[in-house]
Amino acid sequence: MFKTTLFRIVKSGWQSFVRNYWLSAATVAVMILALFVIAGLTLFNVMTQAVVANLQNRVDVSVYFNKDTEEAKVLSVRQELVALPEVKSVDYVSQGEALKRFQELHKNNQVLLRSLQELDQNPLEASLNIKANQASQYEAISDYLSQDRFQGIIDKINYKQNKDIIGRLTRLTGNIQMGGFVISLFLGLLALLVTFNTVRLTMYTWREEISVMRFVGADNWFIRGPFVVEGVLYGIASAMTTIIVIFPILYFISPKITNFLPEVDLLFFYQTNFWQFILLLFGIGIVLGGVSSLIAIRRYLKA
Amino acid sequence: MIVFQKISKIYDGCTALNNIDLTIKAKEFVSLAGPSGAGKSTLLKLLIGEEKPSKGKLFLDKQNIHLVKEKDMPKLRRKIGMVFQDFRLLSDRTAYENVAFAMEVAGATDKEIKQDVPQLLELVGLVDKLNQFPHQLSGGEKQRVAIARALIHRPSVILADEPTGNLDLLNSWDIVRLLQKINELGTTIILATHDREIINNLGRRVITLDKGRVIRDEANGRYIL
Repeated sequence: MFKTTLFRIVKSGWQSFVRNYWLSAATVAVMILALFVIAGLTLFNVMTQAVVANLQNRVDVSVYFNKDTEEAKVLSVRQELVALPEVKSVDYVSQGEALKRFQELHKNNQVLLRSLQELDQNPLEASLNIKANQASQYEAISDYLSQDRFQGIIDKINYKQNKDIIGRLTRLTGNIQMGGFVISLFLGLLALLVTFNTVRLTMYTWREEISVMRFVGADNWFIRGPFVVEGVLYGIASAMTTIIVIFPILYFISPKITNFLPEVDLLFFYQTNFWQFILLLFGIGIVLGGVSSLIAIRRYLKA
Repeated sequence: MIVFQKISKIYDGCTALNNIDLTIKAKEFVSLAGPSGAGKSTLLKLLIGEEKPSKGKLFLDKQNIHLVKEKDMPKLRRKIGMVFQDFRLLSDRTAYENVAFAMEVAGATDKEIKQDVPQLLELVGLVDKLNQFPHQLSGGEKQRVAIARALIHRPSVILADEPTGNLDLLNSWDIVRLLQKINELGTTIILATHDREIINNLGRRVITLDKGRVIRDEANGRYIL
C-alpha cells in the first residue's frame, strides 16, 4: 500500500513536470540563475582568498642579529619562534648567505662589488625572515622579539619600518573578505527569495487543481507529495544544467583571470572540487525546490 | 439518509441559511431550486464538510458530519460524489487519469483501477475518449467525466451543483438522464439548479429555497418562484 502510494506520488510529480514543460522550463530557468549566482559567488570567494593569501605571503618581518652573535644562538631563537602559534615559517639567512644574495642582486654594479671587496670582513648581518599566519599577528611577533633577553643579540627588527604597510594590508584583506562575505550573503539570499517566489507562483496556478483533489477525497500527503516531487525535479534539472553550463564559461574566462592573477586558476579549482560542487548545487537545488513547494502548497491545503 | 436539523449558516453577519429542517431519504432524487444566492450551494458545501454550520446538526447515514476529524475528512468525501458547474477536472490529466485519480487517492490497486475506470467511462458513454485531455473534450463530455469520477467510490449520495449551467440544451438533458439512470441504480441524487425546464420535466421532489429559507417542499414539485 505504502509502496504503491509512493510510486503514484512520484509518477504524478514526474508527469506534471513533463506535461507542463513550459511552466517547468520557466521555473527551472529562474532556479538556474539562482544556482549560478551561488556557484559564481563560491568561485569569487575562492578568488579573493587566493588574492589575499598571495598578498599576505609577500609580507614578512626580518630580524637582524648583531655580527658577533653565534650561529647557535640565532638558531635557538629560530627554534623558539617556530614554536609560536602565530608563526607560519622562519627562514634563516646566515651572514655568508646574505653576502651571496647581495652579490647576486648587485652583480651588474661593479663599483658596489669592488667596495665590498675593500672591506676585510663581511658587513652583512645574519637574519631570520618570519612569516605569520595572518597579517595582524606581526605586531605580537615583533613584541615577542623586543623582550629584554634578546636585547644583546638582536640589532634591529624591520617591523617598525613595515608597520604602516602591514597595517594597511591587514585592513585591506579584512575588508576584501568581509565584503565578499556580505555580497555573497546578500546575493545568495536574493537568489533564494526569487526562486521561492517563482515556485510559489507555479503552485498558485495549481490552486484550482488542489481544491479538486480535495473534493475527490485525496488526503493532504497525496496532494502535497507530487508537488514536492515536482519541486525536487526542478532542483535536479537546474543543478544539472548549471553544472554543465559552468564548464564552457570557465573554459573561456579562467585563462583571462589567470592572466591578471597568476595564482588563481578557476577551471582547475572547479575540476578538482567537481564532486563538492555537485553536492552543493544539487543539495541547494533539491532542498530549495522541495521546501519551496512544501511551504507554497501549505496555504491551499487548509481545509 | 441525510438529515438537516435546524441548520443556520451565517457569513460575517450575512445569513446564507436560516433554520433549515430537511430529511432526504436514501435513493431519493431531490432538486434544490431557487435563484442565485438562495443558499443552494451553501447547503451542498455543508454536506461535504467544506463549511461548518453556525447552528444546528447535519447527519449523513447517522454520522454527524461536523464532528468528523480533519484527518478523516477525505474518507467522508469519498462517500459523497460531487459534480460541479465548472466540471473541476484536473487539466493536465486525461479522462481516464481523472477518474483513476479518485481511485488512487483511496488506495485502490492498479488491477482494480484498470477494471473499474473503463467500465465507468463506458457507463457515461466516453469509452472512445479515454486518452483525451479536458481541453480536447466538449462541455457535455467533461461533465460526463466528472460524473464518472463522482461515481467511482460507489457513493451513497451524489451532489450536483448546477451541473448543466455551462451546457447547451441537448447536453443538459444528456446529463440529467445520466443522473436519473444513476438514481435508478440506487444512489441518492441532490441536484441544485435554477433551470426551470429541467425541474418541471423531472416530476420529482423539489425543495425551493429563497433567502436562506425553505419556502416550498413538494413531492412532485414544479419550479415556482
